[in-house]
Amino acid sequence: MRKVLTGNQAVAYGAMLSGVEVVAAYPITPQTTIIETLADMQAEGLGDFDYIRVESEHSAMAACIGASMGGVRTFTATSGQGLFLMHEMLHYASGARTPVVLANVNRAPAAPWNIWSDQTDSLSQRETGWIQLYCEGNQEVLDTTIMAFKIAEKLKLPAMVILDAFFLSHTSEPIEIPDKEAVKDFLPTYDPKDIWLDPDNPHTFGAIAMSDPYMELRWQIQRDMEIAKSVIAEVHEDFAHHFGRMYHQVEGYLAEDAEVLVICTGTAASTARVAVEALRAEGERAGLVKIKTFRPFPGEEIIGALKGKKKVAVIDRNFSPGAQGIWAQELRSVLCELSDQERPMVYGYIAGIGGCDISVKTIKEIYYKTLESHRPDDIDMWVGVRHV
Amino acid sequence: MYSLNQRFDNMEIPEDEHMTAGHVACAGCGASLSMRLALKGLGKPTALVVPACCWGIIPGAWPQTAMEVPFFNTAFMTTGAVISGLKAAYRRRGMDDVCVVGWAGDGGTYDIGIQALSGAAERNEDVIYVCYDNEAYMNTGVQRSGGTPLGAWTSTTPAKAPKSEPKKDMDEIMIAHRIPYIATATAAYPHDLIAKFKKARSMRGMRYIHILSACPPGWKTPENMSIEIMRLAVLSNIFPLYEVENSEVFRQTVIPDEVEPVNNYLRSQGRFKHLTQEDIQVYQREVTTRFERLKERFDRIAV
Repeated sequence: MRKVLTGNQAVAYGAMLSGVEVVAAYPITPQTTIIETLADMQAEGLGDFDYIRVESEHSAMAACIGASMGGVRTFTATSGQGLFLMHEMLHYASGARTPVVLANVNRAPAAPWNIWSDQTDSLSQRETGWIQLYCEGNQEVLDTTIMAFKIAEKLKLPAMVILDAFFLSHTSEPIEIPDKEAVKDFLPTYDPKDIWLDPDNPHTFGAIAMSDPYMELRWQIQRDMEIAKSVIAEVHEDFAHHFGRMYHQVEGYLAEDAEVLVICTGTAASTARVAVEALRAEGERAGLVKIKTFRPFPGEEIIGALKGKKKVAVIDRNFSPGAQGIWAQELRSVLCELSDQERPMVYGYIAGIGGCDISVKTIKEIYYKTLESHRPDDIDMWVGVRHV
Repeated sequence: MYSLNQRFDNMEIPEDEHMTAGHVACAGCGASLSMRLALKGLGKPTALVVPACCWGIIPGAWPQTAMEVPFFNTAFMTTGAVISGLKAAYRRRGMDDVCVVGWAGDGGTYDIGIQALSGAAERNEDVIYVCYDNEAYMNTGVQRSGGTPLGAWTSTTPAKAPKSEPKKDMDEIMIAHRIPYIATATAAYPHDLIAKFKKARSMRGMRYIHILSACPPGWKTPENMSIEIMRLAVLSNIFPLYEVENSEVFRQTVIPDEVEPVNNYLRSQGRFKHLTQEDIQVYQREVTTRFERLKERFDRIAV
């Protein structure tokens, strides 16, 4: 079925089609229409799930963890401040190995208040043990939501589906909605195996673990995050097999022969496709690399795409005060493995903070700045900001 | 001294045990005994959710456990939310007969957990929430909580500046939520405690049980005096034993023949050692006023 949906509606369809059994949620702009759509779906009998209208995001994640420990598929959605409030429970969810799926609509952190797109909220959850999947368009949002359940449940690790505020959450696009039976075929009912609160086989979960077993359990999370790279690739292929749409953790566009590569995530990648085409029309050898997964970080694919290039321009709609853009930092750390001859110079630009537009013009400006510069530290990395 | 009018005194105590010996609670711990008795009243199938508190460590460190029911350790402020989610999951799996119980200390109830508890109560979740109240953050070494009584020493309210505010009236807060069942209990009256858990189990919707739980290291009392002291709390109306249905029907379940002065209770504990006779008089007035207010509602509606 083809329908015109906003990104938030696409998330709700994704969760409903996945046969989610317990939803626990709390409103926050710009996520709210996800949980409103789910409430309508439940009321109209389109989705058969329990819906817990909790009194905070912290409780939303806690209720999801409780439900997941009860052995069922669980979902919640949030943004910005809500994600920050959940932080404690994000760590808890991965430690407890509960495969909760969360949709986060990227929203800039306060103060001052700002409801627009900025990835600092989700990227700040880097160390929480969540798989993070970023989306470029609404079809990808719907498809990624369905895939997130499969990935999370295979690994027993929680997964976050991430979409840009307003550029996706409130923008409508025509979308192919998969058939519910076909989704069930791709994603059968959740089987918690032996990790759940089974009254017939009682176990104590989360009891104090002394240092040695604790370290062992933490190592298992890291081991499974490494395995996650191949699991995500398998799920992408499986999804393509079922629905005909293929996704990649790292995707190049006109990248093969490019001299300067622009690295983008989220909706900035779709603008960059247009910018790169325009630059090519101007005779430039520009290319794009879009990164979809932040955790686990797809280092090998990135090296494969960037090895031997002269310059890469990373566009970060986020930053770590006192350091730099977060994708750029991650990228630099994996490129360290390359020899001096193979390693491109990394230009880390900060753009689009707090919902500022990243336009075709912005990306072209970044491209030419990078092309003409000799060294990254020669130029101003903040694009489109008044220095007052 | 123990001649009492007890509503439940002819009940038989179930022989079944759902926790084992060999746990790591301190000698004389009221909380471990309360759990043992509560599980006798609840029976199986029951699942427990416990936040940060003494009960997070009492079952023992991984891979050992003293528990014979499913037990989930959760973060400090989440008990009300986790039990809501867990109950929903059992419902989805067609296992609605599993009794989901949140079991939190006074810090996890009066202070950091009150929001999630209030949310669960407002939604009338089909769960039992138990606050075992030892009147301070005992697991971290006796710091003041909202459940610490007036005048008590704690490690953050030293004897030279003891707690200057009365104990938060959590029971009244729960009564204001108008939930199906609220009860107070203590292991000093095991029949009463077990009967209340049995009754709670037979009901649906949100149920709240407040257990006074002696703590020898925190209260600075001898280990062999816990039962005696919890009994004194009841006999002096500091901790009256009662139950409330739908915030309408109030019943006192253990009625002392003769009310003891608070002096005996306070003098039995090192945490009140610094109190003057004048302080104790203030304390007595506080206890009497609160009990009179409560008493007005006992058996007001004929059953």
